[in-house]
Amino acid sequence: MNTKKEIKTTKKDKSPLVWGLVFGIVFGFLLQKGGATKYDVIIGQLLLTDFTVLKIMLSAVLTGMIGIYAMKTLGWVELYPKAGSVGKNIIGGLIFGIGFAVLGYCPGTIAGAIGNGYLDALVGGLAGILIGTGLFAALYPRLNRGILSKGNFGDLTLPRLFKVNDWVVVIPMAVLIFLFLYWLERAGL
Amino acid sequence: MQFLTETSWSPYAVGIGIGILSWFSFLISRKPIACSTTFAKTSGMIEKLFRGKKVDLKPYYQKEKLVLDWQMMLVLGIVIGSLISALLSGDFQWTWVPSIWATTFGMNSLLRVIVALVGGIFLGFGARWADGCTSGHGISGTLQLTVSSWISVICFFIGGVLMAQFIFKLIG
Repeated sequence: MNTKKEIKTTKKDKSPLVWGLVFGIVFGFLLQKGGATKYDVIIGQLLLTDFTVLKIMLSAVLTGMIGIYAMKTLGWVELYPKAGSVGKNIIGGLIFGIGFAVLGYCPGTIAGAIGNGYLDALVGGLAGILIGTGLFAALYPRLNRGILSKGNFGDLTLPRLFKVNDWVVVIPMAVLIFLFLYWLERAGL
Repeated sequence: MQFLTETSWSPYAVGIGIGILSWFSFLISRKPIACSTTFAKTSGMIEKLFRGKKVDLKPYYQKEKLVLDWQMMLVLGIVIGSLISALLSGDFQWTWVPSIWATTFGMNSLLRVIVALVGGIFLGFGARWADGCTSGHGISGTLQLTVSSWISVICFFIGGVLMAQFIFKLIG
């Protein structure tokens, strides 16, 4: 059993690196075309004056969700839900949010911002993220024993939480996202 | 192919494109698109240059091994893809101070870089604390309907909106 599992993980890790590069190039290209590599667009979203970021994210989620769940139903793909806890996601999320507003980029868009020529991202932001993640790695053993495991709920997905068929959540969620985007446009945002 | 040289596309076209990209990422690489672990690994690799092999033994780097992986290539690809897009449309420019920042806080690039550094520290720390960022939780996690990702992304925006108000309405 053990060896089988090992073979499976090594196989997984060997996922050809070149595909990572290809997907990254497409992702970066799209982010730049959407304006998400720009401080002004991201801060505009957080100041609630420019809803570009939310429009990109929600249409990606809508499209991605329907496709991924269709392929899951067909047995073509499996899901990789991340385990979570109250201490991990709420507190970490709020710390991230503070950094998001102070920096004006996030870890993915900062890579795009660097490609777009933003030197505040390259010189300030990137160095900061490397310090911040290094700091977390140093404190990880202590945090992991304490606050990160507070209120653990595991790798739940909404369909498993409600104990229903996937599509009972996917379809209403798709409708909800669509209506929200429609409302944003109607409101002129 | 004229659309490739346009400065910007509709956010919906971009979003749908990212959604379709995620299908291929699941199908071909069996991985969701995510970014922030790469920064933690890069940080560890830099630390390793100075402190040597004992860095590998840190519990966090036992969990996230310090080797070049798929996600690092993805993040590198983002830099290249964005550069290609910006060069094609003529939107590439070296900029120290973004304009919304400049309108409120002026053109001092040292100030902007220091603030970006501090913001980066919070962002990197928070991303690893929450175990994901705007890509891993915000797009890939939410589209899988993961509970931890929906909670995280809501908190990203609550923290971000409140902090942005504080910076631009109270300080600025």
